[in-house]
Amino acid sequence: MSHYLDHAASAPLRPEALEAMASAFEVVGNPSSLHRSGRRARALLEDAREQLAVAAGAHPTEVIFTSGGTEADQLVVRGGAAWGLAHGRPRFAASTVEHPAVAHGVRALGEQATWLPVDADGTVRPAAVAELPRDVAWASVMWVNNETGTIQPIRAVVEACQRRGIAVHTDAVQALGHVPVSFADAGVDAMSLSGHKVGGPVGIGALVAKRDAPLAVTSHGGGQERRFRSGTAPVALAVGFATAADLAVEQRVTEAARLTEVRRRLADGVLTVPGVRVNGGDDVSPAILHVTVDDTRADDVLLLLDAHGIDCSTGSACTAGVHQPSEVVLAMGLGEAAATSSVRFSFGPGTSVADIDAVLAVWPDVVARARSAS
Amino acid sequence: MRVLVAMSGGVDSSVAAARLVADGHEVTGVHLALNRNPELYRSGSRGCCSLEDSNDARRVADVLGIPFYVWDFSERFHADVVEDFVAEYAAGRTPNPCLRCNEKIKFAAVLERGVALGFDAVATGHYARLEFTGEDAELYRAADAAKDQSYVLGVLTQAQLRRSMFPLYGTVKADVRAEAEALGLRVASKPDSHDICFIADGDTGGFLTRALGERPGEIVDADGTVVGTHTGTHQFTVGQRRGMRLGVPAADGQPRYVLAIEPVTNTVTVGAHDGLAVRVIEGIRPTWAVAQPRLGTWRGLVQVRAHGTPMPALVEASAEGVRLELDEPAFGIAPGQAAVLYDGDLVVGAATIAGAR
Repeated sequence: MSHYLDHAASAPLRPEALEAMASAFEVVGNPSSLHRSGRRARALLEDAREQLAVAAGAHPTEVIFTSGGTEADQLVVRGGAAWGLAHGRPRFAASTVEHPAVAHGVRALGEQATWLPVDADGTVRPAAVAELPRDVAWASVMWVNNETGTIQPIRAVVEACQRRGIAVHTDAVQALGHVPVSFADAGVDAMSLSGHKVGGPVGIGALVAKRDAPLAVTSHGGGQERRFRSGTAPVALAVGFATAADLAVEQRVTEAARLTEVRRRLADGVLTVPGVRVNGGDDVSPAILHVTVDDTRADDVLLLLDAHGIDCSTGSACTAGVHQPSEVVLAMGLGEAAATSSVRFSFGPGTSVADIDAVLAVWPDVVARARSAS
Repeated sequence: MRVLVAMSGGVDSSVAAARLVADGHEVTGVHLALNRNPELYRSGSRGCCSLEDSNDARRVADVLGIPFYVWDFSERFHADVVEDFVAEYAAGRTPNPCLRCNEKIKFAAVLERGVALGFDAVATGHYARLEFTGEDAELYRAADAAKDQSYVLGVLTQAQLRRSMFPLYGTVKADVRAEAEALGLRVASKPDSHDICFIADGDTGGFLTRALGERPGEIVDADGTVVGTHTGTHQFTVGQRRGMRLGVPAADGQPRYVLAIEPVTNTVTVGAHDGLAVRVIEGIRPTWAVAQPRLGTWRGLVQVRAHGTPMPALVEASAEGVRLELDEPAFGIAPGQAAVLYDGDLVVGAATIAGAR
């Protein structure tokens, strides 16, 4: 019996997305070609763009298809930093809990990088924006944290940034379909999305960017996607992404209510074992539960759950398969021990109470064993 | 049984894992990451710790359909094996890091973690035979004398052996390769690893100089005459003949060998081959592979190198140490090496060589 509780890593493909892609894959033609076949492919691509724009609360011209969330983040970090450098505002700010797609990109900017700290729940203080250096052009603050599920106060961050004339990017990869997301209402200048986190295919994402976003073009080629992203647009993947995003947003209210109960049941259950803590604060995604299990190695907890057919995540990156301490947990100030002893459960449309009860049935034994091994 | 297989990515541990699966065990593979920067260790197919090896192990686990994880033992490995290796050379001794890794990592840290997680045993691709009488384990040489690895397992205790499995015990290497080929494992033709995994370029002298620095000193002959200089005693092993670059030829024109290393005075003593002859070996920190420590006086065989010849000897063993009186003189016995004691093909125990004369 398998219990997939790692939707934040990759959600199962929605059958509707698969079906839509199956017919889109049969369409011949490059959407940039001018002939009839090209136009047919282009029409499908633009249908997908419009569908995704509606789901994300954006205008279709603001949607730039990319290969995924990481590429969308990179276009903003590099493009925003390059624009800033050319306009006398070279610094790029990011919160200390960003996904590596932003964090490592910003770190690579060297002296152009500057950071927004978080509290013990992993939440950015909007007031910290006022303390940023004067020459900051961009600030990147993720909407929902990929490890802890913490929802960031995006509106307040945007207001604080607007007072300073700082453009705002948000990585909304873990937000779409789980919390209310509207690009227009949030007031951000750019926003990253990913296909496979909402039940679409892997290999496609989008950068939603205002038409006047202060971005330089950093990736050159045919310029197919509003000059910012080059390469033949993958029509079928875009169709699958848009179909999945549409469903995820349409079902969000009922799913969020259901998953809130699922999450609460798992949280209450895991907390019955002493020395277990739930992180991320109260304003948190219903789809993610981040748990620190004192005196364990997270990869032992994962191995033991895996042996029971339960898939979870240690929540952070691996180097050559070796689990590294969580940079997010370290940034939250929870300490080195917590950074190597935390696991993430994440949920989606297929997650049921039975999955949660399967975890809880083995949880005390798993924790005891993992503790004896550490 | 629930068995944890240490999978190096080589052909031996791959076939060991395959056999355990075929025998119906519940098998889980682990690859041990021994350096946090795997690309710094030997790359290609010659080492045991590279990124490529980790990937090879993972692909074998995929074919076998078993769970596979990478366990990070880089800190323990560095402290217990690499630092020990450097410290032993600094002290004028000659350590065996593979043996140390078995003693401290594979059959200690990994075994303890595995048992705590609910595994019954740890298996490796070593060539050695393990037999059980009730609870008691007995470790014997492998069927393939050329591949026998009982020496590097000789430091394991009875408690460790009871939780160990060596599925390749009765096989010759060529058959293991054929078996890997038949199973479609891509590591079937991968070359054996021979050298020290944490010395990427195979230059042990250079590695030790980087760790210990250059410490120039004198090379003297048996009567104290200075015959050359060196850049650090850690460049030498008792019995070594090459690499001394002596300016003064020996009076008798015979080749000279390292007879002794004195780290305190930073002196290397050289002399003729006769000077290496040893009849008595003193060993400290004895460990017992057998269930009942074999104390007192008994006749057995002693082996002092991984592929050394077993030498008949009279063994006098106590809880503190062993004294080994060899029937025939032996040459090039270096302090720090392990003396593994056998009774026929049975591994009885081991001790660290402290002195020889």
